[in-house]
Amino acid sequence: MAHHYSELRMPLVHGGKTMHDITNDVCGSIEGKPSMLWWIGWMVSGLVALMGVLTIGFQIYKGIGTWGLNKTVGWGFDITNFVFWIGIGHAGTLISAVLFLFRQKWRTSINRSAEAMTLFAVMCAGLFPLIHMGRPWIGFLWAAPYPNLRGPLWVNIRSPLLWDVFAISTYFSISLVFWYIGLIPDLATVRDRAKHWARKFFYGTLSMGWRGSVRHWNHYETSYMIFAGLATPLVFSVHSIVSMDFATSVLPGWHTTIFPPYFVAGAIFSGFAMVLTLLLIARETMNLKQYITEDHLENMGKVIILTGSMVGLAYGTEMFMAWYSGSMYEQYAFINRATGPFAWSYWIMVSCNVISPQTLWFRKLRRSPIFLFIMSIFVNIGMWFERFVIIVTSLHRDYLPSSWAHYYPTHIEIMELIGSFGIFFFLFFCFIRLLPGIAFGEVKGVMKMGQKHKHDDKPHDDQTPAAEVSHA
Amino acid sequence: MPDEENKLFFGVFTDEDDCLEAVKACTEANFTYHDVLAPYAVHGLDRAMGLPFSKITWVTFLCGMMGTTIAFLGMGYMSHWDWPLNIGGKETLPIPAMIPIMFELTVLFGGVCTMLALFAFCFLFPGKQARLFHARQTDDRFVIVLEMDEDFNEAKAREIFTANHAEDIREVDADYDINSGPEGAA
Repeated sequence: MAHHYSELRMPLVHGGKTMHDITNDVCGSIEGKPSMLWWIGWMVSGLVALMGVLTIGFQIYKGIGTWGLNKTVGWGFDITNFVFWIGIGHAGTLISAVLFLFRQKWRTSINRSAEAMTLFAVMCAGLFPLIHMGRPWIGFLWAAPYPNLRGPLWVNIRSPLLWDVFAISTYFSISLVFWYIGLIPDLATVRDRAKHWARKFFYGTLSMGWRGSVRHWNHYETSYMIFAGLATPLVFSVHSIVSMDFATSVLPGWHTTIFPPYFVAGAIFSGFAMVLTLLLIARETMNLKQYITEDHLENMGKVIILTGSMVGLAYGTEMFMAWYSGSMYEQYAFINRATGPFAWSYWIMVSCNVISPQTLWFRKLRRSPIFLFIMSIFVNIGMWFERFVIIVTSLHRDYLPSSWAHYYPTHIEIMELIGSFGIFFFLFFCFIRLLPGIAFGEVKGVMKMGQKHKHDDKPHDDQTPAAEVSHA
Repeated sequence: MPDEENKLFFGVFTDEDDCLEAVKACTEANFTYHDVLAPYAVHGLDRAMGLPFSKITWVTFLCGMMGTTIAFLGMGYMSHWDWPLNIGGKETLPIPAMIPIMFELTVLFGGVCTMLALFAFCFLFPGKQARLFHARQTDDRFVIVLEMDEDFNEAKAREIFTANHAEDIREVDADYDINSGPEGAA
């Protein structure tokens, strides 16, 4: 026989599915009529997104004065939201690229939605630097390296803000390409099942005439490996560069070399939390429990403990370095974080990010969907506050006490934050309705794991996965 | 290379292992492949068919290097040659500060060109009609299509297909495609 997985491995798909069952289950959710829950989610998120878009329109019309920023605190909710959403976007590429290189086969059930989530999160992220320029139609062009807009002046290539423009746009493009390449074989399956001409046209155009020829698979698999190899350093570079926006400045609390690894760990941490939030909803409402099993949830829980502990270690290291540096400004910045006027945000951050994930050391909790859902919301909140703490508490009291100020967000800023969640969820609801939400082509390739083999001499009348028997 | 005139002989399989074994036997028997179709990437099927490793890696490498070069030359032109500015007394050609953008453009050029090369190598484009031998070839069926050229041994092919549990074995015209006729609707 050809290549086989050990029967002792945990099966990745439960319920003794055949390949055709997998196609039916996943395609069924985009072929039939959408459920009531989907309609409710789609409409509510659509309304919230609409509110966000209208608020942004109002803010662009009136100007940045509608925000609570002042001369001292020049970055507030805007850049907090930007860094938060970019961080969310990191889990998708981590799952699709890094776990691919590490041959983590369980990624196949969750990579498609995680990649889609990455794209939507990066869209939300890109929105905030754009609108914080006040006049985005001019500001956007300032970031592009082309001459003669301001005389023959060029962009400053020494600035991490410019590196960020390249990093984010590359990240978005490569994530889009990676996602689309992964979609093509599945779109071909949907096309071949389509009855209505409009569906045939839509999926036929997108699937580019894919027919599953092994000559094509040969190139396809090589390119997929290349994309994984390119996206892996890319995902680490993007948040490192975002962290340099802060780390290359001289502001106490920002001026530190720990930022790149600290930001990357935080990004993966928050991204996995958001993947959990979304997938727990999707597996409940789209009936995908046999594909996104408790084993998948447990694996994601393990990644969350690891990255959450790294983030906790980084908070401790920052505190230690502030004391050890002997710089009074640096020391004050950290005392002020923990005890100053924004201490509440610091302690929300610590309790959500350091304490709550530690509960996942217990196997029972890692395998409990309800507990994981609550925990993932806590981590999302905590990671938003982490960026708020880093940005606002460092800015509001720096070297010169006469310039100290406070920062109160306006309702416009709060509505834009909520609106960005609306946009994110609205796009996600559209995605799970229009495109196959599980990479079933890849799932079929790993479904033999933990299953009895066909045509073996042993009796195979029961399709019970071998590993489940050993657990009984 | 496949000839457009030859009639075709194909077998349909329901399991990847059967298909892989049959392909190995066909390669050993020196049959000419018209195509082998699989709904997902089966590990080792391409090597069993005798296909060489994809040359697409060269496209990625060369285009990635092109991205690095364009980034380096572009930034050098802007900041050193066209309009040198004194920014805190720093070098006008700051190599360390150029590394992030050089890296990003390497990945961007390498990645986008790999996608375009994949489409070109496989001759895929929007609106292309996929040629189907079985209605479920992108779902759960594996199809081995052989060319009936002058060396073709039908008895041998039939024997290999049957021994590996082929579900259906057929001899069809050179332009067979279930999209263009009702014959393959089953």
